[in-house]
Amino acid sequence: MQEKLAKIREEALARLNAAANSDAINEIRLAYLGKKGQLTEVLKGMRDVAPEDRPKVGEWVNDTRKAIEAKLEEVQKKAAEKALALRLEAETIDVTMPAKSAAMGHPHPNTLALKELERVFVGMGYEVVEGPEVEYDYYNFEALNIPDGHPAKDEQDTFYISDKIVLRTQTSPVQVRTMEKTKPPIRIVAPGRVFRSDDVDATHSPCFNQVEGLVIDRHITFADLKGTLAQFAREMFGPETKVKFRPHHFPFTEPSAEMDVSCFKCGGKGCRMCKGSGWIEILGCGMVHPKVLRMSGIDPEEYSGFAFGIGLERITLLKYEIDDMRLLYENDTRFLNQF
Amino acid sequence: MNTSYNWIKSYVPGLSADDQEYFDKMTLSGTKVEGFARLDKNLEKIVVGRIEKLEPHPNADKLVVCQVNVGGEEPLQIVTGAPNAAQGQTVIVVLDGGKVAGDHDGHLPEGGVPIKAGALRGVPSAGMMCSVEELGFDQNFFPEAPEYGIYVFPEGSGVKPGDDALAALGLRDTVFEYEITSNRVDCYSVLGIAREAAATFRLPFVPPAVPATGNGEQASDYISVEVKDPDLCPRYTARVVKNIKFGPSPKWMQERLRASGIRPINNLVDITNYVMEEYGQPMHAFDYDLIAGHKIVVKRAENGEKFVTLDGQERQLDDRMLMICDGEKEIGIAGIMGGENSKITEDVHTMIFESACFNGVNIRLSAKRLGLRTDASGKFEKGLDPENALAAIDRACALVEELGCGEVVGGVVDVYTKKPERREIPFRPDWINSFLGTDLSEETMLGYFPPLALEYDPARRAVKIPTFRQDLEGEADLAEEVARFYGYDKIPVTLPRGEATAGKLSYKNRVEDLAGQVMEYCGFSQAMNFSFESPKVWDKLRLPADSPLRQAVTILNPLGEDYSIMRTLPLGGMLTSLATNAGRRNRNARLYELANIYLPHALPLTELPDERRQLCFGFYGEGDFFTLKAAAEELFRKAGMKGLPEYENTGAYPFFHPGRQAVLRYEGTELGYLGEVHPLAAEAFGLTERTYVAVLDLPALLPFTNLDHQKFEGIARFPAVSRDLAMVMDKATPVGEVEKILRQRSGKLLESLELFDVYEGAQVGEGKKSVAYKLVLRAKDRTLEEKDITGVMSKILNGLSQKGIELRS
Repeated sequence: MQEKLAKIREEALARLNAAANSDAINEIRLAYLGKKGQLTEVLKGMRDVAPEDRPKVGEWVNDTRKAIEAKLEEVQKKAAEKALALRLEAETIDVTMPAKSAAMGHPHPNTLALKELERVFVGMGYEVVEGPEVEYDYYNFEALNIPDGHPAKDEQDTFYISDKIVLRTQTSPVQVRTMEKTKPPIRIVAPGRVFRSDDVDATHSPCFNQVEGLVIDRHITFADLKGTLAQFAREMFGPETKVKFRPHHFPFTEPSAEMDVSCFKCGGKGCRMCKGSGWIEILGCGMVHPKVLRMSGIDPEEYSGFAFGIGLERITLLKYEIDDMRLLYENDTRFLNQF
Repeated sequence: MNTSYNWIKSYVPGLSADDQEYFDKMTLSGTKVEGFARLDKNLEKIVVGRIEKLEPHPNADKLVVCQVNVGGEEPLQIVTGAPNAAQGQTVIVVLDGGKVAGDHDGHLPEGGVPIKAGALRGVPSAGMMCSVEELGFDQNFFPEAPEYGIYVFPEGSGVKPGDDALAALGLRDTVFEYEITSNRVDCYSVLGIAREAAATFRLPFVPPAVPATGNGEQASDYISVEVKDPDLCPRYTARVVKNIKFGPSPKWMQERLRASGIRPINNLVDITNYVMEEYGQPMHAFDYDLIAGHKIVVKRAENGEKFVTLDGQERQLDDRMLMICDGEKEIGIAGIMGGENSKITEDVHTMIFESACFNGVNIRLSAKRLGLRTDASGKFEKGLDPENALAAIDRACALVEELGCGEVVGGVVDVYTKKPERREIPFRPDWINSFLGTDLSEETMLGYFPPLALEYDPARRAVKIPTFRQDLEGEADLAEEVARFYGYDKIPVTLPRGEATAGKLSYKNRVEDLAGQVMEYCGFSQAMNFSFESPKVWDKLRLPADSPLRQAVTILNPLGEDYSIMRTLPLGGMLTSLATNAGRRNRNARLYELANIYLPHALPLTELPDERRQLCFGFYGEGDFFTLKAAAEELFRKAGMKGLPEYENTGAYPFFHPGRQAVLRYEGTELGYLGEVHPLAAEAFGLTERTYVAVLDLPALLPFTNLDHQKFEGIARFPAVSRDLAMVMDKATPVGEVEKILRQRSGKLLESLELFDVYEGAQVGEGKKSVAYKLVLRAKDRTLEEKDITGVMSKILNGLSQKGIELRS
């Protein structure tokens, strides 16, 4: 008996060692340990063994089974490892094949610039508001200290709908509308479309976007205007950005200024973008004119404030180095896909 | 405004800043300089020479060989082809190694043209004699220059060989171009800018001394003036000059005019132009002998009158235009242009100088109606200081005497109907400091005022404003004067203190941002189209003649028909942009736009129109009608809209394919529309591929969105049961109707519904179709039992059979 088991064991181990794959191993497992396997047959033959010998024979059978099972596990593991290695090798891809695009759409560069600008001002406590694009003459001009007869009211610049209604030429009317209905403190930015009677060319468009800003509170100073816009410039164009304020004139602010920023392309050394000056004109600003405050129902003795207006397209063109404004309104996907 | 730097310097003695420093400081004190150009740019080693000897060239007929004295011991030999060269001439010589600005034709290469000694047809030549064109100018600047050939200094120029020729020509100067803001009328003059320069550099301002002029006679004996419309003419002054002698104006005057871009003509014209530049006051001259009744009357024209201006053009007048008349007739359009009937000719003996002040707005509007904008009207329309009118006419008469071009009659006829008051502004240094955020002493502030002719009255604690500074109205204006001369750059940099405010986007903006994100996720890129378009768009979109969408806000003065109406629907721009892409062979273009349409409440417009922000998205290429639905529904889900929209083809949209269009409703409210563009509409826009567009009206959508209060609904813990249902129905029955039944009848137990097969063909019979759905049922709180499922299924079957829909056997 013992011999027979030893033979089974030897033969099984030999066959397992030689097995090529998991199918072959499984076959061997069935041949020895399966219901009709050789070892199972031996166990079935226990009836013929003398009762006193049974424990011993049982032990031999068990040892044999364990040995075969151990070997089985070993070769199975090896076979699995080998199969995995084969599979992985077979599955090698050419990683230089083209990417599979998700085909997402792209935002308009004006929107990218606007979101950036809004992020900066919202972070500084400003609320983003809007006003009508078709606007009363009163809000677009008179309430902004641009009385009848002012050259800015001339028809060559303004699109008229009637003698009382115009397409707004600036986002500044939103200042007045906000002051009329809000008690200070006021901190707003108002982006939106504006219209001027300019023919379309590389630097002009009859329909474009501005962003207006307004702060009204007690004790607001020109120094606050400088500080606020300098911070905006650093956040928008980089921490190294320097600003320069030049006196200017706008009917609705006094004192008024234009703000230049150090050229963000050359850092101020002078290049084509800044026309060699090292500075780029970015926005107009000033202290809200006391007349404008009064007309909007705010007492200039109690409150003061500042306002600024930014040409969004100007920022977009500069930031992304786009050399022709017409590209912004053609909506060619080859252009849009770059943003 | 362009002006010679030398001219400015002559009124600011001691001003020695170089060009760049002047540019920088003037800009920072508020006189913006656009740019500057040196007149001697690219001109090097150029001297005065005299042609001592001139001989023919041995090898060329058209060349001559000159010996030119340039101040050295030996003359230089220079070969020239100039046809006008002659012995004894005083000329401009460019020496070896020098440079000129241009070639004979006036072409100006960047960096100039270097001149070197060489040989011309075998004869050595040590330099070049040159023309004004080669210096970068033309006959407009130097009327005495020959049309073709080298420049020859006129007799009596007082120049000698070896002198700096550029200095002799007045080219050692820089022309500054100023951008004067509309409030600073006084700075449209050399004196105004010089005053600012003096204040900026803290130097004395020394305007020209104007001596008393005139003989023993009185102008009032020659001429009378009556102003009938004083509202349009606050002041009219006139002086008389007799025994007029024409001639060229002196070199210094020509140089200054030239630098301002004005061509010298003759002494009298030049004086008028000179004073206009210097004082900013336009003047006009009439021939005294042509003035009927020796009388000037200033009054409005009559409607429909015609008048011939001195350029020979007939002009149509109206009763809003102010005219200068004599005793019988009109002789000039006030402030714009004189008449042909009184213009100065070479035969003039005696003339009247007019220096007046007219209403700026009236001049501007008149000039515009006439289509005649002149240098004079350009100045008047800014609203001049009447005080300046007399100062300017006196200056002009002083120049007439100085230049010896006539005998000035004593006295002036001065009709001054409205003298401006000198304004007084309270001076509160504390307020100015608190407004600017500065800490300046009273003395420092007061120190800025005298150079600007602002007088401080300590007793009244007020500043008296000169009449030429009408822009200074209140304390904020004084604060600006302080800020300008203290320096904007020196004002501290602080941030507003005070109560904090919460920065935020409006809810509406957040929904719009979300819409943009979803569109981009779905492959659409953002477009921006103009708000105005052509009314032709309506025909292209096949809108019927009575469509309310043809009621648009119309621009009275559009840039052209193409930009004449405010859009009432966003399709025109979208289809135009898609067509642009198609024309450029861009494949699979997908665009969206978030912008307003403008719907008038009534026409003509008396109140503002309804501006509605709409999301429009469209594409051609891959995809179909259902791609639009997917993008819309994606947006709804992201915006917290839990229900499903309904689609119905009502055939309401003429610009869409009649069988492929729908109105989109949500909880019964119309939110927009979508469809495949009608082939004829597509063709009208130049689109050849099938094109799909959807429009969602954001004001309608907004109330259904829910960005802030979305709640977690838990994850199902009990098993689901799925059932497949195949149904047979009429081909025309929309599956939406089936879905409606399935949803209603299965109620809360329905988890999802999926259409997985639509079949038409022999097996279901003519005019029929089979539609198959997979239903997934699940309860939140328990495992479904068989009776739940049978219950739902029988309700569904009931519902279906009511509509004549049967289960497929």
